[in-house]
Amino acid sequence: MSTNAVEMTPAHKEALAELLFQLADDDFLLSYRGSEWLGLAPHIEEDVASSSISQDTMGHAKMYFGLLEELGYGKIDDLAHGRSAKERKNSILVERENGAGYYMETPRYDWAYAVVRNYFYTLAKKVKIDSLKKTTYQPLAEVATKVSMELFYHHIHWRTWFTQLLSSSDEAKERMNKAIEGVMADFGDVFSYGNASQSFKEFALIEDATVLKQRWEAALEEVVKALHIESPIIQQPDRNGRLGEHTEELDRALSTLSEVYRLNPSVPW
Amino acid sequence: MYQPTLVAEKDIMEALELVQDPEISTVSVVDLGMIEGVEIHDSHVSITMLPTFLGCPALEIIKKNVVEQIQSVAGVEAVEVLFKTAPPWTSDRITEKGQKGLKAFGIAPPPKHFTEDGSWHVDCPYCGSTYVTLDNIFGPTACRSILYCKSCKNPFEAMKPISNLM
Repeated sequence: MSTNAVEMTPAHKEALAELLFQLADDDFLLSYRGSEWLGLAPHIEEDVASSSISQDTMGHAKMYFGLLEELGYGKIDDLAHGRSAKERKNSILVERENGAGYYMETPRYDWAYAVVRNYFYTLAKKVKIDSLKKTTYQPLAEVATKVSMELFYHHIHWRTWFTQLLSSSDEAKERMNKAIEGVMADFGDVFSYGNASQSFKEFALIEDATVLKQRWEAALEEVVKALHIESPIIQQPDRNGRLGEHTEELDRALSTLSEVYRLNPSVPW
Repeated sequence: MYQPTLVAEKDIMEALELVQDPEISTVSVVDLGMIEGVEIHDSHVSITMLPTFLGCPALEIIKKNVVEQIQSVAGVEAVEVLFKTAPPWTSDRITEKGQKGLKAFGIAPPPKHFTEDGSWHVDCPYCGSTYVTLDNIFGPTACRSILYCKSCKNPFEAMKPISNLM
């Protein structure tokens, strides 16, 4: 049965908002990290492709922030730029810096890390989006249906990079395996709902995180088996971004990305 | 007695036909299948539109252009443009006229069919050759891909297929 915002109880609305913040913050931070790659990707076609993906992803974050605005949680720009690190619900994985250095000076970003992070995240997002198409909150189901069409291309793109680099030179394989290790160390909260698992279930907002996690592992297993590497296993997180626990890397990201906004928060960007 | 001028849907649609894609002057928002609904209440016009891609930065420009164009229709006092995601915009919404307009601009219309692995084929919009290669599924805008024609040796773009099957 579908619901709309008017007939929602406060507990129901709070659970929905929690889910929307998790979805929005994930896409928002990852697309910001993607934008830092602009002009630095391995070749020009990739620069076009990954910046286009980042733009789509920013559009997805905007849709979730838009749904929050409709629910009365504030304006899109303020939700995106004006919230402190401890208010953010994104996973640790998406806030991580792209590598050593700063993009304005001497970035020494790691493309292997970008490929693995984007591929594993996109696969997780696909699993979530497929579940969200059946959410009880109709406006979110509609957004998920549309996001899914764009995600189709993102998924093919990152899977292609992933399989090609892992079928390439010894150096590529070594760097990819190191990247997989790094990404998996931060993957523990990607499928966490923080303290909201019970309420997400109660209002049938999204399927259980354990179910989604298994789907992700099964989908990835098919791909890694063909590449003769071990299946990555999702560990319990040391730190949970869904609970507002973050790294200093998020502070630095927020201070850069909200710099213009903070000059004059009343101007629409 | 004051009698408001009647606003005809036909006039609104004609006005919408004049609103071009900001980057492709040969197609209108109607040709692209972005118009989902038009509601007229006396002198108030409400237009429902579908975004092609969610992150498309042209959406705000398109919205502004639609508002300006509709305001110029006789009898219209207020215009509202709403973007909705349901039904989702799919590339088969592009009309036949839109397909011709894209081609005239050097952009291949979206293919009607694609295989399960996501691959698809379009012909060169310049020479009609089928001997083309896909350079980049992503392009200069979210909705376009970059291809190359091996017959007439022109690079060209194609509208990406977007479908409910995805």
